[in-house]
Amino acid sequence: MSAQAGAGAAQAARKDAAPTQDVAWHHRHVLDVDVLTWPEIELIMRTAEEMGGILARPIRKVPALNGRRVTTLFYEASTRTRVSFETAARNLSADVVSIATATSSVTKGESLVDTIRTLEALGAEILIMRHSVSGAPYLAAQVFSGHVLNGGDGWHAHPTQALLDLYTMRQHVPGGDLRGRKVVIVGDVLHSRVARSNIWSLTAAGADLWLCGPATLLRGLDRWAAAWEGGKVPGHGRFHVTSDVAAAIRDADVVMALRIQRERMQSGLLPSLREYAARFGINAERVSRARPEAIVMHPGPMNEGVEIAPDVAASGRSVVTEQVSNGVAIRMALLYLLAGSHDGTVPGAAR
Amino acid sequence: MTDRQIMTGDEIRRAIIRISHEIVEKQAGTEGLALVGIQRRGVPLAQRIAAAIEEHEGVRPPVGALDITFYRDDLSLVAQQPIVKGTDLPFDLNGATVVLIDDVLYTGRTIRCAMDALIDFGRPRAIRLAVLIDRGHRELPIRADHVGKNVPTSREEIVHVHVAEMDGTDEVAIARQAGDDTDRR
Repeated sequence: MSAQAGAGAAQAARKDAAPTQDVAWHHRHVLDVDVLTWPEIELIMRTAEEMGGILARPIRKVPALNGRRVTTLFYEASTRTRVSFETAARNLSADVVSIATATSSVTKGESLVDTIRTLEALGAEILIMRHSVSGAPYLAAQVFSGHVLNGGDGWHAHPTQALLDLYTMRQHVPGGDLRGRKVVIVGDVLHSRVARSNIWSLTAAGADLWLCGPATLLRGLDRWAAAWEGGKVPGHGRFHVTSDVAAAIRDADVVMALRIQRERMQSGLLPSLREYAARFGINAERVSRARPEAIVMHPGPMNEGVEIAPDVAASGRSVVTEQVSNGVAIRMALLYLLAGSHDGTVPGAAR
Repeated sequence: MTDRQIMTGDEIRRAIIRISHEIVEKQAGTEGLALVGIQRRGVPLAQRIAAAIEEHEGVRPPVGALDITFYRDDLSLVAQQPIVKGTDLPFDLNGATVVLIDDVLYTGRTIRCAMDALIDFGRPRAIRLAVLIDRGHRELPIRADHVGKNVPTSREEIVHVHVAEMDGTDEVAIARQAGDDTDRR
């Protein structure tokens, strides 16, 4: 079943899915959440729970990926995502090679395709990639014989972030079921790969999803929402787009703030950080309109005082550090599932 | 494919009672004893052995469950990534005598994985092994301390252990190789 089967099929499949049902994993790459079916997302969640069990042990290491070669190739600055992936790979006993393009031959003008061919010749089996150009990991997946895991591409997708967000929400929502739960994402949705991937996973989970921000930073998303609503394009369900932050946060179960990138101001999309903070910043007063047990999330790194007030970020509602530690479990789960899926083209599969 | 029954429910029940006595005898009591079932059918068997020990000793040793998926040495060989079933060891392994319990002992590779996994949780004083069926064909230097029944088999045969908790009935049967070899031990 593919995600293209639409809302009805996705909902029907999840109703029938017994909690212990064995779902086969057959994806060679994880480039975005959009191609994952709900049973596959649940398989990732269950596998991540087991990985969480490993992280709670005195020895946080299992030999599942012993000797498998994992390479991180980051064309964009990142601390938490890269370290999280590398920690995840090491916890599974994989051999990790880490490439920061600022100090690599990329600065001498080597193309992405040539870099990937070189890494493959050096023995890379699983490539974790971040690139500032949307779609770059898809090009990588075409030329690389192993597995590609998207660590974030341009404005397009950040699948591991969306999955760790879903995982964190399920831990806090009673019964772990997001159906009908109100989730609001506030901020620069337009330029956010985190938001885009979350749209796929949260609508698949059946959440009541709201996207909120200045109208200039929501451009086009209302058309996406309308197209899904009208059933004109394949998709999971529906979501709301609004600039009314009070309406968006009212009775929300989850409030997620997105990072406001300072460079957006030069483009004229935002008047000033101060005005953004005043109109859309997640502060204690706004959060008090959410449900009493609501959680506050942020994919990091936070601009405290801009999209999120420091007291909210440090409050008991904030699950930001849980998101970081859950990220390791989710990435371990994906590495594990990918390492076991092969179609004969993976180096080492014939061992 | 024809199934040939090699153990009835009654025979399984008697084997479990005998193994429970042997375990206590070898340990000279229940002090420091812990049972760990290997997912999946080792877990209900461990529960039953614990219940049998409680019956004649008045003490129920702690029971844990061990999933060895992440310790398998054949991940790159199996067609699909095995589904993880969960590890739960609700006691301190350090200094305990741990009896691993599984349904079928075959190549010994599962037991090697289980020992690797256990040792990541602590340092047991001793690890012992109890199995319902020993079907031979070891590929590693491993033997069981307690065996319900030794069954000579050929490699083409499959041993099916059914337990009431999971399969609705207690029975051990032997079958000729079918297409599905994922559950083969």
